[in-house]
Amino acid sequence: MLLKVREEIRRWGQQQSARYWMVEGLATGGVWVGAIAILALFAWLISDVCWQGARQVNWAFLVTAPQKSGLAGGIAPILVATAEVLLVCLAVALPLGLGTALLLTEFSRPHHPWHRLIGLSLDILAGVPSIVFGLFGNAFFSKTLGLGFSILSGGLTLACMVLPILIRSIQAGLLSVPLKYHQGAAALGLSRAASLWTLTLPVAIPGIVVGVLLGIGRAIAETAALIFTSGYVDRMPSSLLDSGRVLSVHIFDLAMNVPGGESRAYGTAFVLVILLILINGSVSWLAERFRQLKIQLL
Amino acid sequence: MSLTRNEQWLVRILQGLALISGMILILIVGFLLREAWPALRVLPPSRFWQDPGWHPLEQAFNLLPMVIGTLLVTCGAVCLAIPLGVLAAVFCQYYAPPWLAQGYRRLIELLAGIPSVVFGLWGLVVLVPLIARLHPPGPSLLAGIFVVALMILPTIALVTEASLANLPREYWRGAAALGLGTWATVQGICLPAIRSGLGTGVMLAAARALGETMAVLMVCGNVVQMPDSLFASVRTLTVNIALEMAYALDLHRSALFVTGLVLMAVVMGLVLLTEAWQGAIHR
Repeated sequence: MLLKVREEIRRWGQQQSARYWMVEGLATGGVWVGAIAILALFAWLISDVCWQGARQVNWAFLVTAPQKSGLAGGIAPILVATAEVLLVCLAVALPLGLGTALLLTEFSRPHHPWHRLIGLSLDILAGVPSIVFGLFGNAFFSKTLGLGFSILSGGLTLACMVLPILIRSIQAGLLSVPLKYHQGAAALGLSRAASLWTLTLPVAIPGIVVGVLLGIGRAIAETAALIFTSGYVDRMPSSLLDSGRVLSVHIFDLAMNVPGGESRAYGTAFVLVILLILINGSVSWLAERFRQLKIQLL
Repeated sequence: MSLTRNEQWLVRILQGLALISGMILILIVGFLLREAWPALRVLPPSRFWQDPGWHPLEQAFNLLPMVIGTLLVTCGAVCLAIPLGVLAAVFCQYYAPPWLAQGYRRLIELLAGIPSVVFGLWGLVVLVPLIARLHPPGPSLLAGIFVVALMILPTIALVTEASLANLPREYWRGAAALGLGTWATVQGICLPAIRSGLGTGVMLAAARALGETMAVLMVCGNVVQMPDSLFASVRTLTVNIALEMAYALDLHRSALFVTGLVLMAVVMGLVLLTEAWQGAIHR
């Protein structure tokens, strides 16, 4: 009798164990299949852009102006307009971002109500849809300030948009400066401003650069905020008050509004994706270098 | 701690810069309100869901089909992207050999930065014809859900992976000591332990899906109607702004700003909810 019960328990245990390992095996298989499916999907997307795009791109494509609304010619004025919009964006966002990040991390107590309020407003700003930035830019920069459809209003709108990500990354860079350094500086009797210039900023520079690159990555990918601020004109911009068409708007326009423009859109998309890969690569390279540097310093 | 005169100046300049940064949000809300005010003043709010349709030139401003469209695209995309994103993160963290995990992570990071127009272009040229072969016309709610899900998948995957990486090693060792397998540990211990991080990731992704404009514009067909199936054409609130802003005047323009204000309010709600939630968890 006892033997029989023991035998039954043993068999039950074996069944359970077999079931358990079957579930484990299925899950492992499922995770691998799913992961490979996701990989395949994205590989499809990227290879499609590269394959169809690379055929369009050559030196002439990069240095000539578009003709017949982009069906012929290249993207030179569009590259110039993109660079100018980015420059305006950074010229405004960088001082603002650096100042705000310095105040929040170096010159105020962590739980000060103002500090929390600014942090909250930045969190909300980070989630605001880009089309809403477009509405705001159109109403404020283009209409109220009278800048019209121009590279300047586009760049300013983008500056508002990348500010949160810029501030957060610069803050992360500043916070990574070891406490020892601050203590050492204080022990040497350095003033706060002096220790900021000679110590904190130099050590935090890689973090700041990563933030700037992330901001550029976000800005260069943006379309919706620019349609109603920097506009559609595909001529070479002669000043910052001229309207200029950026890469992403060019892709959108070719794909949606120009019949037969898809292949050219792919060409432009290829250029944009290559730029993004370069930016992304430098971010991870810098972040890695930064980590190693810090290990050496400590 | 006392500050010298120079430093007081420095602090004052920094305070000025920070004040400008903090003011941007107020400026945005203020200008949206100012531009939306003519519509809000003239039209009773009920007009936005009781008018006979969206015919701005004939003073009919029914936003309901577009609100529904936005909700369907957002919910569909989030529901599709959560399991896939979590799966990608779990794969990276627990199943893949280190070299593969590193490459996979790089790829996902890269994808998080791919512009929405590029996703839209791919959807327009590759996905829409495929769907058209399955069930015409092609540009549809389904295409929108699919493309937006692909776009927010990296966000969810990266946030989930960061939370998984931050779990204490003891959890894993404890599970190993109990003889648990990988999957049992993941679904019984790791995933429940990162609920809050996962919640944050989902909120971020939902905000991004809600505000997505260009990709949706390129693949959804943009007919203002209540979608009756996954293959029907829809127009979302964001797309409506992008399509009509170029020629909208007076009350029409103002109604578009009302839409912007609504989007802004929803995003604000999501962010505040996330903050409150995280606050509650920390306590």
